Amino acid sequence: MSSKTITTSVYDWVDERLGLTELAAFARHKTVPVHAQSFWYYWGGISLFLFLVQCFTGVLLLVYYRPGADAFESVRQITFVMHFGWLIRSAHSWSANLMIFAILVHMFSVYFMKAYRKPREFGWLSGMALLGIASVFGFSGYLLPMDELSYFATKVGLEIPNAIPYVGPLVAGMLRGGPEVTEFTVQRFFALHVVVLPALFLPLLGFHLWLVQRHGNAVPPSVEALPPEERKAMPFMPNFLRKDLAMWLISLNILALLASVFPWSLGKAFDPLAPAPVGIHPEWYFMSPFEMLKVLGGILPGEAGEIAGILLFTLGITLWLLIPFYDTKRESGQRARAAHYFGLIAVILLLSTTVIGYWVIR
Amino acid sequence: MSQEKVISPNIVEDPGEQTTRRAFLTAAGAAGLLYTAALAYPIYRYLASPEEMAMNATAVTEVTLKDAQKLPLGSVLMFKFGSAPAMLIHHQDGRWVSLTAVCTHLGCTVQYEPQADRIHCACHGGVYDPYTGANVSGPPPKPLKLFKVAVNDTGVEVSRA
Repeated sequence: MSSKTITTSVYDWVDERLGLTELAAFARHKTVPVHAQSFWYYWGGISLFLFLVQCFTGVLLLVYYRPGADAFESVRQITFVMHFGWLIRSAHSWSANLMIFAILVHMFSVYFMKAYRKPREFGWLSGMALLGIASVFGFSGYLLPMDELSYFATKVGLEIPNAIPYVGPLVAGMLRGGPEVTEFTVQRFFALHVVVLPALFLPLLGFHLWLVQRHGNAVPPSVEALPPEERKAMPFMPNFLRKDLAMWLISLNILALLASVFPWSLGKAFDPLAPAPVGIHPEWYFMSPFEMLKVLGGILPGEAGEIAGILLFTLGITLWLLIPFYDTKRESGQRARAAHYFGLIAVILLLSTTVIGYWVIR
Repeated sequence: MSQEKVISPNIVEDPGEQTTRRAFLTAAGAAGLLYTAALAYPIYRYLASPEEMAMNATAVTEVTLKDAQKLPLGSVLMFKFGSAPAMLIHHQDGRWVSLTAVCTHLGCTVQYEPQADRIHCACHGGVYDPYTGANVSGPPPKPLKLFKVAVNDTGVEVSRA
């Protein structure tokens, strides 16, 4: 038997069982719309790529990381003793931040292209859930080095669930593993970060990606209004895939540059008796709510401000989540415009409070 | 690609162009390899760090065992020579012997049995001579390595023979 017939028969054997030909036919027929806003289609893929980098570098960190009382010492060892450990850790932290950034860009591009409309409501909801889990990933991962900054960030961050009426202290206590942030907190945040969250994230991500295959890319309303013969598309295989991979390569290069030129720092080991360092502030993606709460606290001092803040966030996030069920019509109308302005207000509010937050702590 | 050539056989590719394409593919392949190597090298070194530390530890040529001169007759002291376990035996006749304690068969740690006067490996029943380290019976293919022993008032110095 020649090598060609062997290859063919192996392919046939696998094909009969897994349906490769159907998959190949599906891939061949898949197209991606081409228009002025096509650039934004890459951001979901970039988020996915950065998530894969997170998994990969995360497993590498897991090789030496020890949760619990030894946490700081093990991260110190990774950073200063193991060869290139500083680079692996830096890549993990930088790609975490870049991933949140890419997800936010992806979310806003979906929002303004109105890609959440029928039949893509589940895509929107699953995407928002993924963003929610990603931010809990960020919050729990931040504590793991157990340096001064992570200690106070967690202490302050857990005050948010603590402020929920009635059940708050119970929830915060369960997360914290006691009344104070200790090695018990690191141990459970570690379990959350490497087992619970991935177990939630991965199936949801699979669902999200499956929906994209099922419904294809949405086009913005301006393109949707065009007659079919004026719409342009490119084949996914290999044209779009090639560009997608080029974007991944660019992302990897940016990540490598940032991680090696600006290595992530490690502070002093946490000390439960030391005062909070001056200029301490949350990660940039938590800066906006932090600043809004501060502003609200100025207007409504004390507990009233806290509760008002939580109510306001809950309301804002709920409206944001439910947008596919409010803005449903294909034709542009009052609701479509209202949704558009709501999005603009959200962007302006997020950006301005983030800038103000950094300005104040400068 | 090859199908197109069959359909239009009269289109002959410019040989100059072909070399350029080959050169391009070679350069792209080389760049890809370099890129992969640049990614793989730090990861390899990172994962190999403990191995390198152990190598540095085995570079040790001498270990001083404080107060080991007080070791009673017919007993053994287990210690680390570099990163690997080793044993110091004070025989009934007063002789001092020090050997590696890693079985040459499959790497288990061996033990000195004073009553049987032998070194025994519990994993697969290997037996060594407690004076010379010679493999006496069982599966071990090679003898245990002997160290040089120097006993003084403050301790025992064990060094590579």
